[in-house]
Amino acid sequence: MSSTAREKSAAKRNGEHVDENGHAHGKAGEEASSENGELGAIPSFDVVMRIRRYNAEDAEDGTPVEARWEDFTVTLHGTDRVLDALHKIKWEQDGSLSFRRSCAHGVCGSDAMRINGVNRLACKVLVKDINPDKPITVEPIKGLPVEKDLVVDMEPFFQSYREVMPFLITSGHQPTRERKQSQEERERFDDTTKCILCAACTSSCPVFWTDGQYFGPAAIVNAHRFIFDSRDEGADVRLEVLNDREGVWRCRTTFNCSEACPRGIQVTKAIHEVKRALLTRTV
Amino acid sequence: MAAPLLEAPRSTPYRRSTSRRSNYEMYSWLFMRLSGAVLAVLVIGHLFVNLMVGDGINGLDFGFVAGKWASPFWQVWDLAMLWLAMIHGSNGVRTIINDYTQRDTTRMVLKTLLAVALVFTVVLGTLVIFTFEPCPVGPDGALLTGAPSFCAG
Repeated sequence: MSSTAREKSAAKRNGEHVDENGHAHGKAGEEASSENGELGAIPSFDVVMRIRRYNAEDAEDGTPVEARWEDFTVTLHGTDRVLDALHKIKWEQDGSLSFRRSCAHGVCGSDAMRINGVNRLACKVLVKDINPDKPITVEPIKGLPVEKDLVVDMEPFFQSYREVMPFLITSGHQPTRERKQSQEERERFDDTTKCILCAACTSSCPVFWTDGQYFGPAAIVNAHRFIFDSRDEGADVRLEVLNDREGVWRCRTTFNCSEACPRGIQVTKAIHEVKRALLTRTV
Repeated sequence: MAAPLLEAPRSTPYRRSTSRRSNYEMYSWLFMRLSGAVLAVLVIGHLFVNLMVGDGINGLDFGFVAGKWASPFWQVWDLAMLWLAMIHGSNGVRTIINDYTQRDTTRMVLKTLLAVALVFTVVLGTLVIFTFEPCPVGPDGALLTGAPSFCAG
């Protein structure tokens, strides 16, 4: 296998541009061709991770500290995600880097962060998919108080969540059998059951950024999940909560939330359904 | 020994301003949608009649406006446009003030200024539409000097 052919196939694996001479563009291609390793070696590439650092303890004389950018260069493979890059930094370069992650597979919702300016789960974004030729910026999600580096205080977010009463509200005697529901009735709120409370939507909302008083898309999504549940009887109470000055009417329909949602929930649509339910007072 | 009492971390700074049970924000939101739809018709109709029909923009002068406001139809049209546009716009600015002001006093001052501007413009505009007199006459019944030339005819 000639070096050009190897370069070509490596570039193909990395999903890169190859010009007419067969030379790959971008760091990934350069690294793969300069390696000249044995056949079948997994091509790797260097990428600059530009991370927003903040540590209140940085202040030596007690003055408040500013957040700052710090660059780290890591060698990654095409299969590596942003979370893997953060792990490499934390485990091999700077152990003081702080970020949240639990399952690392897109289900727990711990590692929502602002990657190249958009809210994503670090465990669901492949580095090769977000142009590794340029430094990749990683910031904490906006609108929530930063505690350290990429870790934010989620309390305002969960407070809104609690206020919409995200639990089944029923009246009368508890049935001796299960509470039955037809497939259509279940389908009505299926989309909003997918929420993992990662806060990617709420912290992408410009209205939430301004003062954090707005309930935010995530709380409305979780209210929607119960408002439109045929077994639940608390819809009126929840609708009244969301009719608040800081409720659904502050939504400006910018669709940032729908684009940010890692679970693909149609958040803006859910908010609109709540608005319509409020206007018509029918669920 | 009793266990040390731990305070809940940071529960106070995030308390939402208390809810006032009212449908005000709902009606405000609904008004924006409805007035927006009506305004689209009113404004495009206004622009079309003023700028496209007849001589178009070249025919637009004092006499043209005087002629329009001689008809109750255009009086009502312009009145509706004035009121809807002013309330629609002011309501939009109100939401922007709510979004971007940090302190309560700033918010109060800006909203007061906005309300004054709204009332002033609406009252003045309404007065003009209904009291407009293209050919003003003096107490003796004669045309005042400076009246447009078509009044003499």
